Amino acid sequence: MTEPLLSVQDLSVAFRQGERDTLAVDRISFDIMPGETVALVGESGSGKSVSALSVLKLLPYPSAHHPSGRILFKGQDLMGLSENEMRRVRGNDITMVFQEPMTSLNPLHTIDRQIGEILKLHRGLSEKDARARTLELLHLVGIRDAESRLTAYPHQLSGGQRQRVMIAMALANEPDLFIADEPTTALDVTVQAQILKLLAELKSKLGMSMLFITHDLGIVRKIADRVCVMLDGKIVEHGPTAEVFDNPRHAYTQRLLAAEPKGRANPLPADAPTIVEAGPIKVWFPIKRGFFQRTVGHVKAVDGVSLSVRRGETVGVVGESGSGKTTLGLAILRLVQSEGPIVFLGNRIDGLRAREIRPMRKNLQVVFQDPYGSLSPRMSIAEIVEEGLLVQDKGLNYRQRRDVVAKALHDVGLDPATMDRYPHEFSGGQRQRIAIARAMALEPQFIMLDEPTSALDMSVQAQIVELLRDLQKRRDLAYMFISHDLKVVRALANHVIVMQNGKVVEEGPAESIFAAPRTEYTQALFAAAFNLEADGAATVRQ
Amino acid sequence: MNENVPVVSPAASPVAPPLPKEGFIRLSPLNRRRLQNFKANRRGYWSFWIFTILFVLSLFAELLANDKPILASYKGELLYPAFVDYPEEKFGGFLAQTDYRDPVIAKEIRENGWMLWAPVRFSYNTHNLDLPVPAPAPPTWMLTDEQCRPIAERNGGTGCNDIEWNWLGTDDQGRDVVARLIYGFRISVLFGLILAGISSVIGILAGAVQGYYGGWIDLVAQRFIEIWTAIPSLYLLIIISSIITPSFFVLLGILLLFSWVSLVGVVRAEFLRARNFEYVRAARALGLSNATIMFKHLLPNAMVATLTFMPFIINGSITTLTSLDFLGFGLPPGSPSLGELLAQGKANLQAPWLGLAGFFVIALMLSLLIFIGEAVRDAFDPRKTFR
Repeated sequence: MTEPLLSVQDLSVAFRQGERDTLAVDRISFDIMPGETVALVGESGSGKSVSALSVLKLLPYPSAHHPSGRILFKGQDLMGLSENEMRRVRGNDITMVFQEPMTSLNPLHTIDRQIGEILKLHRGLSEKDARARTLELLHLVGIRDAESRLTAYPHQLSGGQRQRVMIAMALANEPDLFIADEPTTALDVTVQAQILKLLAELKSKLGMSMLFITHDLGIVRKIADRVCVMLDGKIVEHGPTAEVFDNPRHAYTQRLLAAEPKGRANPLPADAPTIVEAGPIKVWFPIKRGFFQRTVGHVKAVDGVSLSVRRGETVGVVGESGSGKTTLGLAILRLVQSEGPIVFLGNRIDGLRAREIRPMRKNLQVVFQDPYGSLSPRMSIAEIVEEGLLVQDKGLNYRQRRDVVAKALHDVGLDPATMDRYPHEFSGGQRQRIAIARAMALEPQFIMLDEPTSALDMSVQAQIVELLRDLQKRRDLAYMFISHDLKVVRALANHVIVMQNGKVVEEGPAESIFAAPRTEYTQALFAAAFNLEADGAATVRQ
Repeated sequence: MNENVPVVSPAASPVAPPLPKEGFIRLSPLNRRRLQNFKANRRGYWSFWIFTILFVLSLFAELLANDKPILASYKGELLYPAFVDYPEEKFGGFLAQTDYRDPVIAKEIRENGWMLWAPVRFSYNTHNLDLPVPAPAPPTWMLTDEQCRPIAERNGGTGCNDIEWNWLGTDDQGRDVVARLIYGFRISVLFGLILAGISSVIGILAGAVQGYYGGWIDLVAQRFIEIWTAIPSLYLLIIISSIITPSFFVLLGILLLFSWVSLVGVVRAEFLRARNFEYVRAARALGLSNATIMFKHLLPNAMVATLTFMPFIINGSITTLTSLDFLGFGLPPGSPSLGELLAQGKANLQAPWLGLAGFFVIALMLSLLIFIGEAVRDAFDPRKTFR
């Protein structure tokens, strides 16, 4: 057996907060052989990113420290290196790509300069050689028109392209170890599939090792040779990928593997009355130019989309980012200006003024994507949930409102006794339950769910989907479910609308769409989402 | 995050927990933590108490330093000279207002009753006519018995212990410095607090409206503020005070015209940032009115930034008043003012007690306020809150 390239032995990471030490990583050990891909899998807070960052010693020292452990890279202990020696390792022998391509590049430097800087720094290349090498790298990571892109700034590139530039930067010095920290999480499914394909190709072409950090088991199965499952800072199971997936030994791994949203939408009675009938809806944002701000064109965020939701029905709206699905949802709730008729419970609401529409909001609720952003950190749970009642149900006194809050919290599976706590004391999934309780407290008939599961861990996603389906059944709710996550949509929607660039590409009953997508775009989307495959047709947008 | 919050099974029936206990003052856990953080900052906490005591004492300045007795009994009648004006006829004199420091009147009252004096028997505008040396007179404890003797002998004494003391000396008009400091401190702090308070309210309202609505309102208001701040306020003040003698409230009004803009920028920025937060959007979806959203959801966000600026705004207001007084464009002549005391110190370099007394009081007041402000800001710092 050959010597491992990287050997992490008994590594612990602790963070000092005031007087206390919090252990984030607890004595983990794993090896990476040359040319091997190892995946660290776990849910948020399991310590996988911290482990990866400690390999490069990028943690906020000295508040972070290592009570135990060694990190051997090519037989050399990285723990003992000084900051100067460490700097030579970073970006040269070991490189890293981060999750967020929007913020990982300096917005003020051109692509040429950002990649060239590393080459000049570590290799001492001249301006001209660095440029030639940069161009070569951009070709390598599959950026089309590489010459013209050299002078581009990050904001001129799409998310996928930026991630490719990040990868080019990481590959610039032909590293031996490539660490990828959730490199595709922030990307659309089709782009994600492309990036994964690129990484696999590059790895075999350059013969480097890869440490891949992700929460997405589908990606692991696709890309990793071996997998380490992390839970609460410990590695609870590790082994070859196929073995772990086929025969998970630890209960947590089994739970993770079983956590995919399952089931199908509640069946819909044929005579269900229509709750919302909208469209064709247009949301055009004017582009203004020149001194007099003349309107020279429009960004057609939503361009003539129609939609109707019946009682007890879930209409799923899917599409990649920028397809206008959220804008459509906000337009129907009258939270953005739109053109076109919106009929809610038989009343036209598109022409109403803000004041006139306020009483109707009781029946027209919304749950947002980010459970951390959608709850005011300064209000207790009871205050958050009762807020709508204060406006919509003015007859209730303090005690009655608390009872309604208790009932709403109970309905979403939270203990009413926690109602006087604050949002920061709850986990992401619990916060999303609170956000749902806030919508439910008003007993609405229609709820717009804007990616309610996207910010949550896989196992929690499944629970929230169950909860939503259960609430729908009990209360005959109409949902408009917006998501880019097709697995969740499949588990919840009766009717699916596929959107691209503000227009409907395909729509129909969920079963028939998922069974046999008709348009090329939908097929590509499904291939990327369910099989992580980037076929020729999948290069929808780069 | 706490994963241990129990998730109940649907079988249990929903019961609201008992109402939170009504204490003396009901504080939310958040505010309780803030209070703890405030107390944890020892310097700020001590400053707060010292300042509070000084301020409360100075609010009762009339009972501390007054040229009229607080209480007096004259021929069996109980009088309140500090609060009620009695004509001197009552005591056999001829002035419209009684001068209780007049030896003749004092003797008359003492023979027919008694007087209860404040600790310092001078008000801010009392001229000490019995100065042993020409004004500005140094603190009495710096004088020799030699110098005091002529005055002391009038009362049948021999040395400085037998005359009325000016603990910190007198100014160039023979007015007691201690009395002027007590009244001057009060007027400075009140002016600072009122100016900072009103200008904050106006500034926050203006910033909130601009940030929340954005668009044209924001554009027009921002341009207006830019033009408005370009007006040199000091020149304007000098011009106005050459036409009218500015009183306390006129000065307050004029300074208010220009000081309200200081908070607009930060508050506007906070509102611009926070108006697209999801919880604000959620509140709109719940049907809350704009005013409620601004007050309940956005204002708390802006409060941290506001509180950061608050100590500087208060101090800025106080120093503005002081510097105007120093230049002679401030409060009407004769008002007790720290700036005027400093100006006297500058004009009378041979009398260092004037400048020093003024300097130390201003330095103490400004430092205490900054320390308090610092502690309040730390207490509201969200990163410190959830430790």
